[in-house]
Amino acid sequence: MESHALQIQDSAISGAVKKSRGPLLTPGARCALPVIVLLLLGFAAPLTAVIAYSFAEPHSFNVFSSFSFANYAEIFNTENTVWMSFLWSLSLAAVTVLMLSVIAYPIAYGMVYVFGRWSGLVSTLFVFPLFISENVRLYGWVLFFIKNGVFDGTLNLLGGADAPEVLYSPGIILFGMIYTYLPYMLFPLVLGLSLLPRDVVDAAKDLGASRYQVWREIELPLAMPGFMIGLLLTFVLAVGAIAESKVLGGQSVIVLTHDIEVSFTYAQNWPLGSALAVLITLITGGLTLFMLFKLDLDRVLGRK
Amino acid sequence: MNQEQAALRTRTLLWVWTLFVIFVVYLPVFCSALASLTKSRYFLFPIRKWSFDWWDKTMASIEVSTLVKTSLMLAGSVTVLATIIGFFGALAFARYNWKGRSLFQKVVLLPIFFPQPVLGLALLLWFNALGLPLSWHTAVIAHLVWIAPVITLVIAIQVYGFDPVVEEAAFDLGASRFQVMKEVTLPMLWPGIWSGMLFAFLLSWGNFPLSLYTSGADSTVPKWLFTKMIAGYTPMVPTLGTMSTLGAALVLSIGGVAVILARRRSN
Repeated sequence: MESHALQIQDSAISGAVKKSRGPLLTPGARCALPVIVLLLLGFAAPLTAVIAYSFAEPHSFNVFSSFSFANYAEIFNTENTVWMSFLWSLSLAAVTVLMLSVIAYPIAYGMVYVFGRWSGLVSTLFVFPLFISENVRLYGWVLFFIKNGVFDGTLNLLGGADAPEVLYSPGIILFGMIYTYLPYMLFPLVLGLSLLPRDVVDAAKDLGASRYQVWREIELPLAMPGFMIGLLLTFVLAVGAIAESKVLGGQSVIVLTHDIEVSFTYAQNWPLGSALAVLITLITGGLTLFMLFKLDLDRVLGRK
Repeated sequence: MNQEQAALRTRTLLWVWTLFVIFVVYLPVFCSALASLTKSRYFLFPIRKWSFDWWDKTMASIEVSTLVKTSLMLAGSVTVLATIIGFFGALAFARYNWKGRSLFQKVVLLPIFFPQPVLGLALLLWFNALGLPLSWHTAVIAHLVWIAPVITLVIAIQVYGFDPVVEEAAFDLGASRFQVMKEVTLPMLWPGIWSGMLFAFLLSWGNFPLSLYTSGADSTVPKWLFTKMIAGYTPMVPTLGTMSTLGAALVLSIGGVAVILARRRSN
């Protein structure tokens, strides 16, 4: 009893000492410091530079001595082709997201409810491709679809027919994007579905809800945070995708990031590339911030 | 009975679909492996003559060994730095209730929700504007901007399961800040830290878009493979790609076992 009282007193003292030491920052803020410094120098600063350049005169490096909207005007000028790559990237990303939600939902459902002890293995199999660079995986598809490749060769072996030529077309770029971004949709969905209390679903079933009703009224709304993260993540990554069009598409479609790359490198038109990067940042950043302020991250990531 | 049948049908369909998607996911990896085992200069399927010639040539190539060395130095530096930054970041993310926490959580996520090629290009402009010469050193910074937040999240998930009362008890018993860190906090968080290191290494090893724009004249394995894919196919492309994949699989299995052991010990 006595020792217990002593302990309480002790902890009160150590608490007082901790407070009276009065460090500049709370322990939490101090721990956050390395990340904050990194992101200031490596994320905020480059984006600020990009914003500054986007208002410079076209084809110049006069960041602070000139101000113009000419770069933005050039993007939306229908005589140029830049607006087309903008449109391509946005629509490819939108279709990718739609297709992925249909493809990934059953798998996520299986991983949470059906596969039981196998779901660990299934998720490892889906995580692993993230560690192979996307160009290597995409190039495997070139070897599959190319003339005399695996697909063509197999068809020839079976019946003599030639495989259709699918490489270097917009369709294969879309396929490549769906392929690359699958895990980014799958795992947030798994996270969302696993937040769902099983007994709620059982209760609804006991009360006579149909399967569709359970999905519509319970599963979907409760799994929404995960679903939203998946939608957002895949959309944002797909808007900036470039490897798919370079490796599989043979540049049959010029995507947005390709235009930025050209302006930053060969064309040496930093202001135009910056204006494009600013637009992409506005779209992705706007969606992300909107979503993040609706989510309770502590709940999603594990603190009950 | 009817309901049971329906449930069984659902299970079967889910399994069939999942296995089919897994098959599609690994099909191109398998095609690369096939293409590396042919003797001829160009890939023709079915393969007429199988051989490990291109594996030998890739192993012996001085160019490839330089690439691998650069990739390893890059991934090694990123692993060390991202784990340190991510460890403290995770404590700020999930352990302490401090004033800016909710905002900090959102800020940390921003680089993850950002297209990597665009990030790489923005950093390219920024390094150029600063006059920094591009090399694998600048690529370390670029990788960190994306990987340190990922590692912060990975470790934060472990931190959520950690009861801060234990730390406070150690303080009350007279332990110093350093002792608490070494004897209490670190051992409990080891599984998360190991997973974090594993992720950091593998993500950096396989990263293509950030390295492409920020490593200047230095080439990493994914970047070199890309230049050869665009112009100048040699069977070394699928061979080195397959080697890199196998290397990652090996690291993942060894690391995975280490994480499981660490988890057992910390329980």
